[in-house]
Amino acid sequence: MSTKLTEQVTFYTEEHEWVTVHGELGTVGITKFAAEQLGDVVFVETPEVGKVFKKGDDMAVVESVKAASDVYAPVSGEVVDANAVLADKPETVNEHPETEGWFCVIRLSHGEELSGLMDKDAYLEFCKGL
Amino acid sequence: MADDTHDDLKRTPLYDLHEKLGAKLVPFAGYEMPVQYPMGVMDEHKWTRTHAGLFDVSHMGPCFLSLEEGIGGGDEAHAKIAALVETLVPSDITGLKQGQARLTVLLNEEGGILDDLIITRPLGDEAQGSLYIVVNGAVKEQDWAIFEKALEGKAVLTRADDRILFALQGPEAVDVMSDFFPGCEELKFMHHMPFELNGTRCIVSRCGYTGEDGFEVLVSPAAGLPLIDEMLTDERVEMIGLGARDSLRLEAGLCLYGHDMDPSRDPIEADLGWVIQRKRREGGDFPGAARILASIQDGVAEKRVGIRPLERAPAREGTAIEIDGKVVGVVTSGGFGPTVDHPVAMGYVAVAHAAPGTKIDLMVRGKARPGEVVALPFVPHNYKR
Repeated sequence: MSTKLTEQVTFYTEEHEWVTVHGELGTVGITKFAAEQLGDVVFVETPEVGKVFKKGDDMAVVESVKAASDVYAPVSGEVVDANAVLADKPETVNEHPETEGWFCVIRLSHGEELSGLMDKDAYLEFCKGL
Repeated sequence: MADDTHDDLKRTPLYDLHEKLGAKLVPFAGYEMPVQYPMGVMDEHKWTRTHAGLFDVSHMGPCFLSLEEGIGGGDEAHAKIAALVETLVPSDITGLKQGQARLTVLLNEEGGILDDLIITRPLGDEAQGSLYIVVNGAVKEQDWAIFEKALEGKAVLTRADDRILFALQGPEAVDVMSDFFPGCEELKFMHHMPFELNGTRCIVSRCGYTGEDGFEVLVSPAAGLPLIDEMLTDERVEMIGLGARDSLRLEAGLCLYGHDMDPSRDPIEADLGWVIQRKRREGGDFPGAARILASIQDGVAEKRVGIRPLERAPAREGTAIEIDGKVVGVVTSGGFGPTVDHPVAMGYVAVAHAAPGTKIDLMVRGKARPGEVVALPFVPHNYKR
């Protein structure tokens, strides 16, 4: 993979997280598919700024009326920002899962991990098989 | 995600309807059941509180008990069948009036709760000596085996779980129901009457599991499928899934068997002492009476209470309840209450901390979140008394 990370590029995981990479930072959220599966989101626990995660760690929790679901870190790195809007308006995750409903921003520590993630087309194809 | 191997799961007569309506189906109590429809849990919940929600509860365990010698003996026959059932439950079944129903609990020898169930005395002298009973779907085989063993040679159990059992719940349910079952609007809460529908007999009961006014109907698939199709053409009626059923009953402070009560709890701990009428307390002749009467007399160590998380984070089942760093209880049901617009829960706490207003810590993912013990229900009941 030879993508130059000078522009924004979005990658996806099989656990339905997305990460939009801009420079050394990546904005993370859950996909439209995941938001639809969860149903009405009533609470989001975003990670604290300064926390360091390895790829695949439990990073955040998203709760619907019925159940709580873990959100995994799609890449390794340190949390540099978290979406404060979700505390009062968790429904933003349903309304705009892949834009305003972002969870946090991570400073990537292992950029090479991105090559193991899917691009949009591959992800949409993956969802079709579910 | 639920797995795709649903081969051993049963389907209710309404399965095709659920699929047609785009329900999300999940395994529940051995059946493939709709957890939600495209409307979603939040709106389905609110719809039921303001209009009329139709629930498929055919996975439950409706059955009939009848005296082996036959039915039709009037009060004397009722007294006989009631006495048999009273060996298993602590409620006054003998004292039921014709057409009246009662919530009760099935007890083990230690007074632990094996299930909660509704027992109905039929209307009409010709039907006396029989009882209509609805038990929980997840434990119906266990319950029916207990009934059959205890009543062998004296009464016969006929299961009716091949029929449709549906509930219509909400403030507009009575107006919808009276179009199809004229006269049912006269029923009071926890009473029933039989109806003829397309030549088959069905049972209409004024009860439910949402805290709202409403009805439950037992009907054959042949008569029930067209009935439900027609009900759904009424703009006041929407199909509602098990997800909203759970949040509705939790807001109403109603117990879910296997969560808010189980064989380790007696009815007094579960705050269901009201199901044991005075006559039965005085008689003391039900399973586990020694423990239960002692619980009434001396009090219990822990009891079921309502819990209000004071922040936005729900406290789910299994959440530890602490005061000053010491565990004083556990959440047994918890989620979000769409009508009250905040998280709601119930659980067991030590009686010293069971008074409404008691401040507690809810240990959600290792972090103490403030909560408070509150009186149940979260949403007032809207029953037709």
